[in-house]
Amino acid sequence: MRRFFLIFIPYIWLLALFLVPFLIVFKISLSDIALAIPPYVPVIEWSDGWAGFKNFLSQLDLENFVWLTQDDLYWKAYLSSLKIAAVSTVLTLMVGYPIAYSMAQAPNEWRPTLMMLVILPFWTSFLIRVYSWMGILGKEGFLNQFLLWTGMISEPLQIMNTPTAVYIGIVYTYLPFMILPIYSALEKLDASLLEAAEDLGCSRLSAFWLVTIPLSKNGIIAGSFLVFIPALGEFVIPSLLGGSGTLMIGKVLWEEFFSNRDWPVASAVAVVLLLLLIIPIILFQKNEQKSREMDQ
Amino acid sequence: MTQTVFAPWEDPGEKPLIQFKNVTKRFGSFTAIDNLTQDIYEREFFALLGPSGCGKTTMMRMLAGFEEVTEGQILLAGQDMARVPPNERAVNMMFQSYALFPHLSVWENIAFGLKRKKMPKSELDARVDEMLRLTRLERFARRKPHQISGGQRQRVALARSLARAPKLLLLDEPLGALDKKLRQDTQFELMDIQEKTGTTFVIVTHDQEESMTVASRVAVMDEGQIIQVATPDKIYEEPASLYVADFIGDVNIIEGIATKSGEDGYKINWSEGKEPFQAKTPRTLSEGQKAYIAIRPEKIAVSQDKPDSALNSIKGKIVDIAYLGNMSTYHVEIPGGLTIKAQTANTRRLSRRSFTWEDEVWLSWTLTAGSVLER
Ligand SMILES: Nc1ncnc2c1ncn2[C@@H]1O[C@H](COP(=O)(O)OP(=O)(O)OP(=O)(O)O)[C@@H](O)[C@H]1O
Ligand SMILES: [Mg+2]
Repeated sequence: MRRFFLIFIPYIWLLALFLVPFLIVFKISLSDIALAIPPYVPVIEWSDGWAGFKNFLSQLDLENFVWLTQDDLYWKAYLSSLKIAAVSTVLTLMVGYPIAYSMAQAPNEWRPTLMMLVILPFWTSFLIRVYSWMGILGKEGFLNQFLLWTGMISEPLQIMNTPTAVYIGIVYTYLPFMILPIYSALEKLDASLLEAAEDLGCSRLSAFWLVTIPLSKNGIIAGSFLVFIPALGEFVIPSLLGGSGTLMIGKVLWEEFFSNRDWPVASAVAVVLLLLLIIPIILFQKNEQKSREMDQ
Repeated sequence: MTQTVFAPWEDPGEKPLIQFKNVTKRFGSFTAIDNLTQDIYEREFFALLGPSGCGKTTMMRMLAGFEEVTEGQILLAGQDMARVPPNERAVNMMFQSYALFPHLSVWENIAFGLKRKKMPKSELDARVDEMLRLTRLERFARRKPHQISGGQRQRVALARSLARAPKLLLLDEPLGALDKKLRQDTQFELMDIQEKTGTTFVIVTHDQEESMTVASRVAVMDEGQIIQVATPDKIYEEPASLYVADFIGDVNIIEGIATKSGEDGYKINWSEGKEPFQAKTPRTLSEGQKAYIAIRPEKIAVSQDKPDSALNSIKGKIVDIAYLGNMSTYHVEIPGGLTIKAQTANTRRLSRRSFTWEDEVWLSWTLTAGSVLER
């Protein structure tokens, strides 16, 4: 009985907080826009009983999904989001790995402090932090003023409202999600393995490539997912820092919902986004499982 | 046929492979190795023996290049090693913790060092297979380290360090996790490898029997210092101090006051009013100084009646018998409260054994059976 509960609590959680909302969104994505509350038809007429439900089902269709393929705004937004998410994941990895590495190398008594510093930004509102980047990156922002003062540039740089600003924003925001899993993998790494590698003829650098990197692979993968997934649907950062020039699916989604009040299309966008995320994750897990089975 | 005895340490013309010169190693204020000077020769099988924490691993790690020497010098083939990184030393080490790469299979672990040598593929394969055969791991080549047993892991670590055929091989407790049979086989395998390849071995062991079997010389360490270095039989038969005698094998220690008796013998007065024990020794003791006789249990004979010939004999009562299969150890209490251990070979069946608990027996030993020690 106890085991039953232990296993089922997470499933109930998933069911209530993921599957049910997903089904609702999916249902809306099959509906048509309407000037009503809620702003779509059909709705189930419970008073008509079974006939009402059948009537409801017969009115559902895939129109909105077809529409997504017809207007090239959508697939361009998907592609651009994928690109931005992928590039920022790589950038975050490149910034995060050395930080995680030096944290893991730091003397034991320093580590809790460093860890605190990494998660400290979470203590202020995410919005405030993004707004402050506007203050830093703007034409009259701190960065431009500083660069002008040092004489490295003579004209202020246009960083705000470019993809660069979006990259900076995403890397900054999601860095802790990259650092923490990598750090926890590196912290567990047994230093004698590196000594063994050196003993067997590796230089420091090749020991790093052949031992440290493979053994932190899981941290790298986890961190990359934790950055890539939210970055793909990111809405606030491209809106505030990217300006009109940056096309991202999160922004499109928001506009469909709140500007156009086209809930069915917005839902279709959301469903496709979810599939886009879930399919690679499932493929990846399959692959992992296979390699684990190979090990047996 | 005359067999030349392998004893380069006795030849002043011989150049040592490894020289520790007044080496001190400190961790903070803790001294792990204390002003140690020692030569180790090519083709030696040098065993380090000592209690936990005495600095054996630290010595190895300095040789391999993982610890810097605080004071003094380590020379390898005459060259100062201070500035040479581990990957440029012709030294391989088998780690006490094995340090196998968890992400690589057994095969890849063994091949790791060979790949760094840019060996041709066919040669590399052959070498790895040879190592697998040697350590009887062929069946586990594809497994990852977490999928094999502790003893198998130990053999992988051994195979990995052997694979590169280094000039100097450092083995930190290489056989501790193996069962007795496999341990003995591997010991002989190691000696065989050593004979074939001419590799110099430095081996750490907790098992004094093992050091006796494989070593050309044994160094007994304590608190960062080497107390005695000698061939296994010398260490066993002529320990330099009580510490060494006690550390290697079982021993009876009898404390007393020495008085000269004859040419090179002493009488050790071990108890007021009792017949003193006599012993021969090359040492010179001053008259009336405190001295100890250390006698191995197997050098003491047990008999029903007083033997006529033996110079040292005493009557006692059996208080305990430890049956060890091929041997029995009798714990015999002699007047004065001392308990002496005497060991005899069990040539007869248990049921026909001649002595039992509470029996009164005579213990006897010869003049040269024990060593006379000053401390
Ligand atoms: N990195 C280190 N920092 C501080 N002290 C150390 C360090 N490495 C070893 N020591 C200390 O040095 C002493 C010798 O350690 P070492 O590992 O050489 O012992 P050992 O003889 O190999 O013992 P064992 O038989 O248990 O393996 C120990 O007291 C140990 O605590
Ligand atoms: Mg040790």
